[in-house]
Amino acid sequence: MLNKKNMLMTIVFALIALVLPLVINAPYQQHILILVLIWATIGTAWNLLSGYAGQVSFGHAAFFGVGAYSAGILTLHYSLSPWWGLILGPVMSMLIALPIGAIAFRLRGPYFALATLALGEIFRLVFLNMTEFTNGAKGILIMPSITSKIIYYYAGLGMLAVTLLVTYLIVHSKIGYYLVSIREDQDAATSLGIPTTLYKNLALLPSAFFTGLAGAFYMNYVAFIDPNIVFNLTNISIMVILVVMLGGVATTWGPTIGAALYIIMGELFRTTLGSANVLVFGVLVCLIIMFLPNGIAGELDIIKRIAQRKKAGLSGGV
Amino acid sequence: MEDAWIKFGQTVICGILLGGMYSLIAIGMTLIMGVMKIINLAHGALVMVGMYVTYICSTNYGIDPYIGMFIAMPVLFLLGCLIQKYMINRLVEVDSILPENQVLLTVGIMLVLTEGIRLFFKSDYRSVVTSYSSNTVFLGDMSISVPLVIGFIIAMTFTFLLHMFLTKTDLGKSIRATSQDRDAAVFMGVNSSKITMITFGLGAALAAAGGSLLLPLFYLFPDVGHLFTAKSFIITILGGLGSTWGAAIGGLVIGLSESLGATYISMGYKDVVGLVMFILVLLFLPGGIRSLVKR
Amino acid sequence: MSIFETRGITKRFGGLTAVNDLTFTVNKGEIFGIIGPNGSGKTTVFNMISRFFPITAGEIYFNDKRIDTLPAHEICKIGIGRTFQVVKPLRRMTVQENVMAGAFLRTGSISKARQKAEEIINFCNLENYKFRASKGLPIPLRKRLEIARALATEPQLLLLDETCAGLNPKESEAAIELIRRIRDTGITIIIIEHIMKVMMGISDRILAINFGKEIAMGKPQEVANHPEVIKAYLGEAYA
Repeated sequence: MLNKKNMLMTIVFALIALVLPLVINAPYQQHILILVLIWATIGTAWNLLSGYAGQVSFGHAAFFGVGAYSAGILTLHYSLSPWWGLILGPVMSMLIALPIGAIAFRLRGPYFALATLALGEIFRLVFLNMTEFTNGAKGILIMPSITSKIIYYYAGLGMLAVTLLVTYLIVHSKIGYYLVSIREDQDAATSLGIPTTLYKNLALLPSAFFTGLAGAFYMNYVAFIDPNIVFNLTNISIMVILVVMLGGVATTWGPTIGAALYIIMGELFRTTLGSANVLVFGVLVCLIIMFLPNGIAGELDIIKRIAQRKKAGLSGGV
Repeated sequence: MEDAWIKFGQTVICGILLGGMYSLIAIGMTLIMGVMKIINLAHGALVMVGMYVTYICSTNYGIDPYIGMFIAMPVLFLLGCLIQKYMINRLVEVDSILPENQVLLTVGIMLVLTEGIRLFFKSDYRSVVTSYSSNTVFLGDMSISVPLVIGFIIAMTFTFLLHMFLTKTDLGKSIRATSQDRDAAVFMGVNSSKITMITFGLGAALAAAGGSLLLPLFYLFPDVGHLFTAKSFIITILGGLGSTWGAAIGGLVIGLSESLGATYISMGYKDVVGLVMFILVLLFLPGGIRSLVKR
Repeated sequence: MSIFETRGITKRFGGLTAVNDLTFTVNKGEIFGIIGPNGSGKTTVFNMISRFFPITAGEIYFNDKRIDTLPAHEICKIGIGRTFQVVKPLRRMTVQENVMAGAFLRTGSISKARQKAEEIINFCNLENYKFRASKGLPIPLRKRLEIARALATEPQLLLLDETCAGLNPKESEAAIELIRRIRDTGITIIIIEHIMKVMMGISDRILAINFGKEIAMGKPQEVANHPEVIKAYLGEAYA
């Protein structure tokens, strides 16, 4: 599994990531890079539960939002630095993951998806309505102690690196084999002695942890949250699915590739197409699902084959 | 005391009338779910597109919404058929890691429809004004808005006609057969890909009909579809999947509880109650649900 | 010496009684066949043993321990492996990974699981397909993979569900040969089959059921000549 090509790619990726902010030093572009890191982290975390274990969650905004609010509330009510949220946020997200798992794992397939969707929405509504604790729709605004983008960039890079590493280690262990077995056929998995609910939780907890971490990081970086932003169904829960589908379901680098494409394309579309940018994104999503259902990293073979066919066609023609 | 009873009666009647129109939309969804075994997250967007078609007819050409719906329905029927044939149906041959890719495709379709409409109409809130929009009829001391009454009557007529179509015509019977057991239906000579396409078109047309009937009552904006997707979901799950009458009754229940809730419960947590109910039904009343999970 | 025993097991689905008061004992090291026409309740018996659904009444014992209250995944852990009539390969995993998924029951180490898988794959003559994705395999190989995967969990008792159904005579011959070799390693086998010929050849004892009830039990020859069995298979006129 861990072959030379993969190692080489990882090293190249890491080197590029390390020097990137030194080359790109305009604050706006660095901002884009930081957003990519946040989305790559959420995507990687989602991919563990939904890509590898096949439990497609439509409610990851719950973990992102709880992570973000953990950081925000520490500052709002307890006057602590929101950086403590990087510890509290992921822990809280794991805590809410326990009851969410207990409910949703009783259901299979599309019904699991629907239950997570409803649970995610419940969190949004509760945070919207618990105005005394959360400030409700007004949201939480904090004064960031650090303003240098470079620092956020490297912190975000560290967060993504840890997420990727932990996910990689899980996927390439016995747990990973069991998760994929559960995705491929739950009855067969049970017949092989796999306690499926336990292993689904073993995928859910780290997934919630890192999504919550990304949420807490987001609070620190953006310095403003409200329930309709961080618990958003379309812009967080569904978007993370699309990001991973774009990049490659159940692949190591897919979510990162997807996040980079999503954020960069989003910015490009926004500047060139104006209000039509989401429309173009939607069209792209449809095309990806129809023609590259496992994402760019998941369909490398197909993409290569098409490229080769084109090349062959050209040389034949000339 | 008198007044309280009048208020209660009015709330109940309004809820039932509103629910009748929700039913129509939900029946569209349940038909699609039954035959295709997929969850269509673009259903609300189809309702929304139908509403815009009727809206254009009304504002640009002065066509009454209740006439305009007969333009919106064929338009949406066609749109539904095209989406099914050229997009969703393609996925049958695609091997994807996530079995939910059809659901995700409907999310993509939802995005395209919503944003496409937004491109032309912006996010502005629009409404249709007719000469009778603010008229009311009196039932004893209770006053009921006219568009509610007309909408309910038309919705019930459609539900009845649909029921006749599904039970009495060959095409309708084929749809029901495919819904119950696709393989068996195919063995009996049913052209399942044609049936699936027609069903999706029919579902979309019913969505358009329901939307048009609600047009005089709701503000229209591109994101209004989400509201209808959520409602028809809860209704379909409540009513048991694939069951026309289940959806009709589920619609009435939702309309009623919504109307009562709006009158008697504070706004904030109203939606939470709905969602909790939804999850409870998923967990403990898997009546029609099992058939879908097994596929 | 008995390794496995059921006492009056019954399964009702709503009003339908799929399995009715079945009692039988399986001896260590034997091949025990269960025959019956389609829909007679054979697979239901397996699903009851492997706890895919709760049983309505009765008791099941394995190595003198009651097992009908265990959760489904524990059944494999205590040493009962099974295959499915409609094969359930882990489609996007290779043959090797499929077998490893079984081997992980007894080890947490990747290299040990791979080594175990290696042995099993060779034992089942699947070595030429080791790195093939299981979804692309032809049916006979998929059935073989199903057995290999179950073997990797190191069962003492193996439940084989219609291993020869859909195979041509030559493939069926190979499958029977494999089943015999598995028995020779000391694994007890319960096998379901509705093809009488297959069962006659390999079973030490046979239980014949119809409508979920026992109609005959004993040596293959006795069961085959039992009037009830002939009636169930060939109809009233031949009895």
